[in-house]
Amino acid sequence: HDDLKEMLDSNKDSLKLEAMKRIVAMIARGKNASDLFPAVVKNVACKNIEVKKLVYVYLVRYAEEQQDLALLSISTFQRGLKDPNQLIRASALRVLSSIRVTIIVPIMMLAIKEAASDMSPYVRKTAAHAIPKLHSLDPEQKDQLIEVIEKLLADKTTLVAGSVVMAFEEVCPDRIDLIHKNYRKLCNLLIDVEEWGQVVIINMLTRYARTQFLNPNVNVSITHMYEDEKAEVTTLEKRKPYVMDPDHRLLLRNTKPLLQSRNAAVVMAVAQLYFHLAPKAEVGIIAKALGMFEPYLKSFYIRSTDPTQIKILKLEVLTNLANEANISTILREFQTYIKSMDKDFVAASIQAIGRCATNIGEVRDTCLNGLVQLLSNRDELVVAESVVVIKKLLQMQPEQHSDIIKHMAKLIDNIQVPMARASILWLIGEYCEHVPKIAPDVLRKMAKSFTNEEDIVKLQIINLAAKLYLTNSKQTKLLTQYVLNLAKYDQNYDIRDRARFIRQLIVPTDKSGALNKYAKKLFLALKPAPVLESPFKDRDHFQLGSLSHLLNAKAAGYQELPDWPESAPDPSVRNVEVKDSVCAERTVLTGPEGAGVLLLQTTRGSSNILFHVLLLHSHSEQSSGAENRKRGRKAVKNQKSASESESESESSESEDESEEESEEESESDTDVRKKKVGLDWNRILANYVCIINFDTFDMNKITSVFSQTIAPSGLIKMYELLHRITGEGLAVEYCFSRQPFSPDPNMVAVQIQFTNNTNSETKNLHIEDPRLQSGMRIREFAEIGLQPSESVTVVIGIDFCDSTQAANFQLCTHTRKFFVSVQPPVGELMTPAFLTENDFKKEQGKLMGMNEILEKLTLGEKCVNEHVIVERVTATANLSRVPCGSDKECRFAGKTVSSGCLVLVTVTTKEGGGAQLTVNCEKMVIGTMLVKDILQALSQ
Amino acid sequence: MIHSLFLISNAGDLFLEKHWKSVISRSVCDYFFEAREKAVEPDNVPPVIRTPHHYLINIYREKIFFVSVIQTEVPPLFVIEFLHRVAETFQDYFGECSETTIKDNVVIVYELLEEMLDNGFPLATESNILKELIRPPTILRSMVNTITGSSNVGETLPTGQLSTIPWRRAGVKYTNNEAYFDVVEEIDAILDKSGTTVFAEIQGVIDACVKLSGMPDLTLSFMNPRLLDDVSFHPCVRYKRWESERVIAFIPPDGNFQLMSYHISAQNLVAIPVYVKQNISFFETGSSGRLDITVGPKQTMGKTLECLVVTVHMPKVVLSANLSATQGTYNYDPVTKILVWDIGKLNPQKLPNLKGSLSLQSGAPKPEENPSLNIDLKIQQLAISGLKVNRLDVYGEKYKPFKGVKYVTKAGKFQFHSPYWTIYGPRRVAAWQPPSSARSPSRRLSAPGTPHLSPLGVEVSGEEPLPLGGAVWEEPDHH
Repeated sequence: HDDLKEMLDSNKDSLKLEAMKRIVAMIARGKNASDLFPAVVKNVACKNIEVKKLVYVYLVRYAEEQQDLALLSISTFQRGLKDPNQLIRASALRVLSSIRVTIIVPIMMLAIKEAASDMSPYVRKTAAHAIPKLHSLDPEQKDQLIEVIEKLLADKTTLVAGSVVMAFEEVCPDRIDLIHKNYRKLCNLLIDVEEWGQVVIINMLTRYARTQFLNPNVNVSITHMYEDEKAEVTTLEKRKPYVMDPDHRLLLRNTKPLLQSRNAAVVMAVAQLYFHLAPKAEVGIIAKALGMFEPYLKSFYIRSTDPTQIKILKLEVLTNLANEANISTILREFQTYIKSMDKDFVAASIQAIGRCATNIGEVRDTCLNGLVQLLSNRDELVVAESVVVIKKLLQMQPEQHSDIIKHMAKLIDNIQVPMARASILWLIGEYCEHVPKIAPDVLRKMAKSFTNEEDIVKLQIINLAAKLYLTNSKQTKLLTQYVLNLAKYDQNYDIRDRARFIRQLIVPTDKSGALNKYAKKLFLALKPAPVLESPFKDRDHFQLGSLSHLLNAKAAGYQELPDWPESAPDPSVRNVEVKDSVCAERTVLTGPEGAGVLLLQTTRGSSNILFHVLLLHSHSEQSSGAENRKRGRKAVKNQKSASESESESESSESEDESEEESEEESESDTDVRKKKVGLDWNRILANYVCIINFDTFDMNKITSVFSQTIAPSGLIKMYELLHRITGEGLAVEYCFSRQPFSPDPNMVAVQIQFTNNTNSETKNLHIEDPRLQSGMRIREFAEIGLQPSESVTVVIGIDFCDSTQAANFQLCTHTRKFFVSVQPPVGELMTPAFLTENDFKKEQGKLMGMNEILEKLTLGEKCVNEHVIVERVTATANLSRVPCGSDKECRFAGKTVSSGCLVLVTVTTKEGGGAQLTVNCEKMVIGTMLVKDILQALSQ
Repeated sequence: MIHSLFLISNAGDLFLEKHWKSVISRSVCDYFFEAREKAVEPDNVPPVIRTPHHYLINIYREKIFFVSVIQTEVPPLFVIEFLHRVAETFQDYFGECSETTIKDNVVIVYELLEEMLDNGFPLATESNILKELIRPPTILRSMVNTITGSSNVGETLPTGQLSTIPWRRAGVKYTNNEAYFDVVEEIDAILDKSGTTVFAEIQGVIDACVKLSGMPDLTLSFMNPRLLDDVSFHPCVRYKRWESERVIAFIPPDGNFQLMSYHISAQNLVAIPVYVKQNISFFETGSSGRLDITVGPKQTMGKTLECLVVTVHMPKVVLSANLSATQGTYNYDPVTKILVWDIGKLNPQKLPNLKGSLSLQSGAPKPEENPSLNIDLKIQQLAISGLKVNRLDVYGEKYKPFKGVKYVTKAGKFQFHSPYWTIYGPRRVAAWQPPSSARSPSRRLSAPGTPHLSPLGVEVSGEEPLPLGGAVWEEPDHH
């Protein structure tokens, strides 16, 4: 491999690439390329991305064999873990965790833990993938890994859900308690998870449900069983009637649409879930998806081109579906199968006919006749299989079928298949009394050919001889002795043994013991008819669709499907505390006279909803400014009290309010104050966003009806979302509240205000069908309703991915749909960042060159002082001011909301109204657009 | 989950191996080879093979066995579906999935497999994401790559994977925006010798080729959506919209993909476009037989039958065929015992006929059964179920795309056979009459040499002929 080594050592990427390609081709063919390890590993930090990827492939393949050398590459990945680009972080973790070298276990553990709290869901997904890798490398890490799993299970993104459940299944499938708090979330996310994750989640939830819910079919069967017994019925009545747990129903409901997945594994997963969890009446819905059960009988007709295993399965289904009504059709179908070239299948078909005959009494004779006809088939295998099946059928009613036995006796001359010959001999021996004339003759023939027979046939000849000796010793005594003598010298010791045993048993001698008397009873006892069983029976204790179920043997890692519990465990374990993550908060502003504020903050803990209600009754004559201010104060107060003590009772809070109110009225109305409070008001309002998660908040609980709303004061620009004419009376405006969107820090908070200008109620107002650019996400508000002339403000979160592309969606009411779009000015895509002067300079130094945009401008007439400049810039963009020594310079800093890129703005004023604007930002598009907007704002 | 993958050609050549966890020796495949030998036909290899320490789950596609190695419990269908996805990805990348193309593109294949599974668990299986990661080869690019040493690996990292619509790549731009849909239906049917339908169903798919810029949101509606009650969708389709409104609303992946598949099995809905008069008989003496086949149109909705091919699997004793065809050409392969009659377009005025004698191995017993016939055909501009697309609406983008829909019907597994238990020979014991009296007279046993032909009239159903498709949409649309 010297040429490859040379190429890898060269400076040209093209040579390196060529070498790597040849090496990977070697690996693919299974050739050993491990001696190239030192030459390859050197290129792990190569700039060429394809070379790099191929080196990774090589590394993962051989690291286990060359542990010491592999360690050389670790630092590259450690560096990658800190990269600002999420995809590079993810790929570094992926490769690092795939290198199976025990010495790096602590590094992997650390990397996984860090990645599990990464901002990017993609990196968190990679962390979930890495968990089972580390677990298989070092099972000792289990406890720590379970902690990571617990953390990731709480993740709310669809990207992570499938992967973390997979990790859960591999590392700690028995820790069902970790699922409780995430159960509802998993059910709700399921439809949006990628298909492979769906399969894993559904299988896991099936197991979960079997431990947590009651058997939905249990009462049905009990009622049925004790129908007639009055006493039992009364005890049953005393029992609590079965009511399905809403969480059980949630699972069934949310999995049902997945029956239409293109992925057969998903369909199967849902089918098995219904099979194991649904009430009997509902299991039928899976039938169509799987093409099962009687109406679909014909779907199971077999084609000559089907593979053998499919044929056998279809045959099994047809046999199980057979009943009095359809047996004639099925039998006709089976007849065609017997002509197939596929001998295994023919044998299975004959057995299937036998099973139909035993299961359905009225066709037994028909089947038997048909099988007898097969005895004259040219194909010996067909005949042999038929003999075996007929033998079993005859055992059920031998007395009626002596003619068939006779017919079979004749066949012994022609049939060569040992199993069939043995079966015929057994039949004749067993029912020798039905064919008294033929049986001795058959024995005579067999005695003649004894030495040439197969062992199983020989054993049956001995059997036949013994039975005839016992029933008809006059005719067969000599023949039997002859056969036993032949057997005595047989090569097979089983046969010699059997002969000796039987001779002792049946031939009375002086020494023979007490058993002799019972010989007839022993040999000619009435034997129970065999049951023709499905080869597929007895596997129902395995979870349907599992590998273990298919093989009917427990595979490694199979998790038993637990039995339903006798009584349901506490359902409240699934209740979720939403205190710090998603809260249901609603702000309704209004009052009978237009002066009330209702601020509802609801937090759902363990099934109790705390309402912090702040209700202000004030006078209709108040000025809007005062009102705003007052509301602001109230809200501040409320927020404070809510965070300080949640358990505080409502009454004490309303006491607080009245105090506050009286205080308020005595306050003076200075301009400065007014402005300040107005600003506060906006901030607070946005904090009390209305994201009412329908899951955690029951709208019916709010019964108060309010009639009027006052918009927040005008410092923030309002945009129109829907004009009241286009909206047929529904007017919608929005603004960027510039508040962090608490449920998701990567989203921009958009405050939307709805006003119902019609005379009728607008119901079910919600967002549907968001049409977003790739990567963009929207967090909708929960459905609301509007009384005539009511206004309601809600806040939604949109991740614009740091682009000014509009977010399009539909606003739907109970009657209409409106297409609307929210387009963010570039300045709203950022959030203030607080930097010191030094930090600012340091960061600015890193963002030079292409990341810096310089523009000269002339300040507008009104931009007379620093104060105005600051006001204009901060109005244009959501930035914070950075302290600055020079009075000629104003500095601002912010970070983009979605990816957290720094945005630095500097305005340097010059003599005579000139100025220079500098924007430093890694995102050049954002920088360019921001420059344009600020220029405009300052030159006005 | 999936430990390793081995690709094995039909000839038994193990030509690629890939491991996602520790390396498993290729000797594990010996168990597969054993099963392969036992199965005779490649299709008959059991999909799951148990070995002392592993389980081998395999599929057979395009003359390649995809053999995966499993160590622990996993739903077998999960693995089988994934293996099919691998094969489809190769097909998508290289135009065909064959031993040659895989060997020629072994590096890309390896890179793909690396991305598709992580630690044995599927990672990126969406074609749109994979194509962002690894560019499919083109003749031009592979030439340029050879000269300049540049790479097939995408410079950009897959942003699509991060989005909420992982199946669509970001930043799609076309100068000509177009969306085409192919409604392809295959008829699977078994007809008995008299032409009575024993079993018939339609397997339909809608293949899409969508090249639209930006992030279009499409809504496809049908004239007669009620026909469809057993459907499965690409993950991009919103299930709930289908359930509530019977429209298919989706943000499409970029390029070619299968939008949906459906299954229509109600017997009366399945029109049978062709009938066959057949008489294949073997003489008791003289080691010869006779064959006479005529094909004619049945319910064709006024369309022409094309690409008509009749295939007969002859019994082993048939040595040669001396036939004459009024149309098309025939070929009998004495090794595989397959007679293929390629008819081409069917002319209803002059029905094609194939007639002549068969010579049998002398001394061999006469074949017991009459062979069944397989039919292949194609009807352009017709979905035999009558399914018709109503309109396609584009939301979310301002351009007006070119739109089109094409219909085609093909024969799937279309078999004519005689489902009787015919028993010949002197040692007949008793006639086996199925117990039901409902048996139609035409299904009775027919003696050899005297074929029973029932009238082969068109099955008249009470319904109006179903509306026919084939038109290209009116342009432009309005929404």
